[in-house]
Amino acid sequence: MGLTVIEKIIRNNIGRDVKPGEIVTVNVDRVMIHDIFIPFVASKFEEMGFQKLWDPDKAVLIYDHLVPASQVDDTRHFKVGNEFVEKYGMKNIHRADGICHQLMTEAGYVKPGNIVFGTDSHTTTYGCVGAFSSGIGYTEMASILGTGTLWIRVPETIKVHITGKLPENVMAKDIILKLIGDLGADGATYKALEFAGDTIEEMSVASRMSMSNMAIEAGAKCALFTPDEKTAAYCGIALTDKEKDLVGDDDAVYCQVINYKAEDFVPVMACPSNVDNIKPVSELVGTKIDQVFIGSCTNGRLEDLMAAAEILKGKKVAPFVKLIVTPASRKIYREATQNGTLAVLAEAGAIITHPSCGLCCGRTGGILTDGERVVATNNRNFLGRMGTSKVEIYLASPKSAAACAVAGEIVMP
Amino acid sequence: MGMTMAEKIIAAAAGVEEVKAGDIHTVELDRLMSNDGTTHLTIDMYHQLKEPRIADVNKLVWIMDHNVPCDSVKTAASHKKMRDFAKEHGIRFYEGAGVCHQVMMENHVTSGELIFGADSHTCAYGAVGAFGTGVGCTDYLYAMVTGKSWLLVPETLRFNLKGKLRDGVYARDLILSIIGMIGANGANYMAMEFGGEGLKTLNMSDRIAVCNLCVEAGAKTALMEIDEVTLDYLKAHGREPKHCFASDDDAVYAHVYEIDLSAIKPIVAKPHFVDSVVDAKECVGTHIDEAFLGSCNNGRIEDLRVGAELIQGKKVHPLVRFLVVPASAKVYQQALSEGIIDTFMEAGAIVMNPNCSVCWGSCQGVIGENEVLISTGTRNFKGRAGHKDSFVYLASAATVTASAIKGEIATADMI
Amino acid sequence: MENFSGKIWVLGDDIDTDIIIPTEYLALKTVNDMAPYAFSPLRPELAAQIKEGDILVAGKNFGCGSSREQAPEIIKALGVKAVIAKSFARIFFRNAINNGLLLIENDKLRDAVNEGDEITVTMNEAIEHKGMKYPITSLPQNLVEILEAGGLVKAMQKRNRF
Repeated sequence: MGLTVIEKIIRNNIGRDVKPGEIVTVNVDRVMIHDIFIPFVASKFEEMGFQKLWDPDKAVLIYDHLVPASQVDDTRHFKVGNEFVEKYGMKNIHRADGICHQLMTEAGYVKPGNIVFGTDSHTTTYGCVGAFSSGIGYTEMASILGTGTLWIRVPETIKVHITGKLPENVMAKDIILKLIGDLGADGATYKALEFAGDTIEEMSVASRMSMSNMAIEAGAKCALFTPDEKTAAYCGIALTDKEKDLVGDDDAVYCQVINYKAEDFVPVMACPSNVDNIKPVSELVGTKIDQVFIGSCTNGRLEDLMAAAEILKGKKVAPFVKLIVTPASRKIYREATQNGTLAVLAEAGAIITHPSCGLCCGRTGGILTDGERVVATNNRNFLGRMGTSKVEIYLASPKSAAACAVAGEIVMP
Repeated sequence: MGMTMAEKIIAAAAGVEEVKAGDIHTVELDRLMSNDGTTHLTIDMYHQLKEPRIADVNKLVWIMDHNVPCDSVKTAASHKKMRDFAKEHGIRFYEGAGVCHQVMMENHVTSGELIFGADSHTCAYGAVGAFGTGVGCTDYLYAMVTGKSWLLVPETLRFNLKGKLRDGVYARDLILSIIGMIGANGANYMAMEFGGEGLKTLNMSDRIAVCNLCVEAGAKTALMEIDEVTLDYLKAHGREPKHCFASDDDAVYAHVYEIDLSAIKPIVAKPHFVDSVVDAKECVGTHIDEAFLGSCNNGRIEDLRVGAELIQGKKVHPLVRFLVVPASAKVYQQALSEGIIDTFMEAGAIVMNPNCSVCWGSCQGVIGENEVLISTGTRNFKGRAGHKDSFVYLASAATVTASAIKGEIATADMI
Repeated sequence: MENFSGKIWVLGDDIDTDIIIPTEYLALKTVNDMAPYAFSPLRPELAAQIKEGDILVAGKNFGCGSSREQAPEIIKALGVKAVIAKSFARIFFRNAINNGLLLIENDKLRDAVNEGDEITVTMNEAIEHKGMKYPITSLPQNLVEILEAGGLVKAMQKRNRF
């Protein structure tokens, strides 16, 4: 019988065929820990009685939520992290290079077919290169650091098949938002998403990343894209036969198959305060806004910044509206500097911050207050996520967000 | 009897022929600057007035700079109050444009003006021969409602500059040396006036750095003689001087200091006082956790160039957080186009959007318990940059950048 | 695990981790420091009202959102005996088990109860509310082992003979 992509990855990892529902123990290829949780991981690790890391080179520590520090206790996390790195001989540490999920693929820590866990729910991102990656808590992270293994339940798979050419004003973000709306915020809970179709094949790895990043918002355990030439180029590798084979078999069993025609997609937004509260932008036109945020591990990549710059070129951000741009990594920031994108955004009046989680994690970077409304390209619009519980957050694509910044209200991109 | 620059500006603003130190005069103000540090408080008081009004809205400039982008729900509420008020009353409003004093210098201030700013470093405007002084929100509110205020005419300390700063020595070292010499209250209530042949060797950025920090000696204002550098700067920014006042030869000074620029050395002000200055060499080797290049004092393109040249091809020490914060959006754009931003990013620095941030210990780059910061900011008071038990050393852009590379306090010649 | 009874607090669908504990408070030093801010975006008064042994009853997708493990830890720190929801988000589910917080899935109870009601849970069998019985399923054995050890830390300590 055929296998889905996740079934193949797990099979390759444990050396035997598996079926959904089975509980198996996998060997972990890589783990990611970020600054918010490192003190907890470190203390749990020692509390558990471990003396050393199972493999220091497989662990990556990234400071991103607290960069730059906005509260006096924040730097304690750096101190604990630095001590942990020193004590256990870790080499992979990034102290101010950007958002963890961007760095994990960009810096080559994740390869197709890998099994990766991170102390962050958006760890699903690495499915963009065909890796099984998922978020876990700090206690489980501590146990992986000691054992190199984790139990998982083999998930059922929902296949999402998209064919055709996307309209000009539609981005990958609109697709994933629409999918989350259709599935519901718990529609893929415990399950794997698998993307296929010529629209997906045409997409850049960066666009795929926006989609795998948000899979968690439908509850998914992971979101997988078949590695192809684009993946190989992005990862700087030549694909092995095993990696090329990470495609859902024709006779694989899916718990659900969803088909979309690319031409049917329209720009959408996730309205307050649930990610699955999806409406076409056309129905929201005229809604006044106070701020626009372009950034995050969902949409802070070069293609996102360039799409925004194309709209903002020669224009100005509307009076009394703030446009905050936070590139996802140092590398992206530099590329956007070198190709003139940041100059265009700055000229339009954008506030360009250092690459980090910034506003998306709600600790700094443009916090809002009662009655304010923000259009943002990140992944969550939960109550209180970017300030008080009376802030309204609309999630959108970079094109939609940029157009709104110029208009000072929601408009079609 | 002759008058000083400060006296002449006040006399003009008071509409009288002559004033002398110690007099109190009612003056007409040219501009009123306020930022997000205190504007929300001013607005609260404004609403308590029986007949609230704004004398002349064209005099008001409101600038969001201390916490941009906003870092907490509390600040967000203050910001909204300020933004809404500005919008309702048609007040000139900036957000994201940079640190207030730099934005004022780039867009508004001109020679001979009398300006109140609800921020202590308003004395920076003396760089173009404007009388700028910091006030609290009550004074600010009165001026906003009436267009006027009262002012005690200050005595003036005169600083005659001669010679030229040596390579590797900056205006920052000059003003820290002067503050060290006269003490943190050495110019209390007074004006500090700078002139002499040596002044001509200082560009506008240097002059702003010097005037900006005079409040750390307690000065009410700082003033520099107006010359070609001043007029060129104003012209380049599309402005004309209001008055080109110069102190009379027989003006009365409380004291005259002769400063030989060539004798100035790289300086560090140690925790927790700005006048606690020593030769930078004495601090070499001091452990640091963070370095900050920015602020209204030292975040201009000239300062960034100094840092970029030093760090080009090198890396920030892995255990140091090096925050580079251009003083304004214009400075940022200039630095982008010169490749300076890319140089800092390549070296591993954290490049922030223009704001006050580290200099006032909020928003971004806050330091933790027992941490040490070396900074081009304006103050090193206890707890200024974050935790109450932390330490701030003040130094020039060169010394700060050198320290960021070394991971401990270092001077540029060590790089 | 033993059977128990308790007073219930009722919550809706999609109670996300930002509601359970906003990011603003995540860098506080201990879970006990954070606990007073639990549920603050939604019901700021709730954390202070919850008493030892109380039970949370919620709708679908409880704990959706981030991987922050403080979420179940805080709920446990507030003294909550168990969370009964129509469904749980997966990371929250793992985190709760790993911290020894009991989660029970039931899709009917939520719509039948009122806040303040008393319920009784008979493990692996049913929840009883005003004479009605709502059957519950048992957990997989590997999870029961973690729960019975008192969470993953204790399970690992046992492994490491620590």
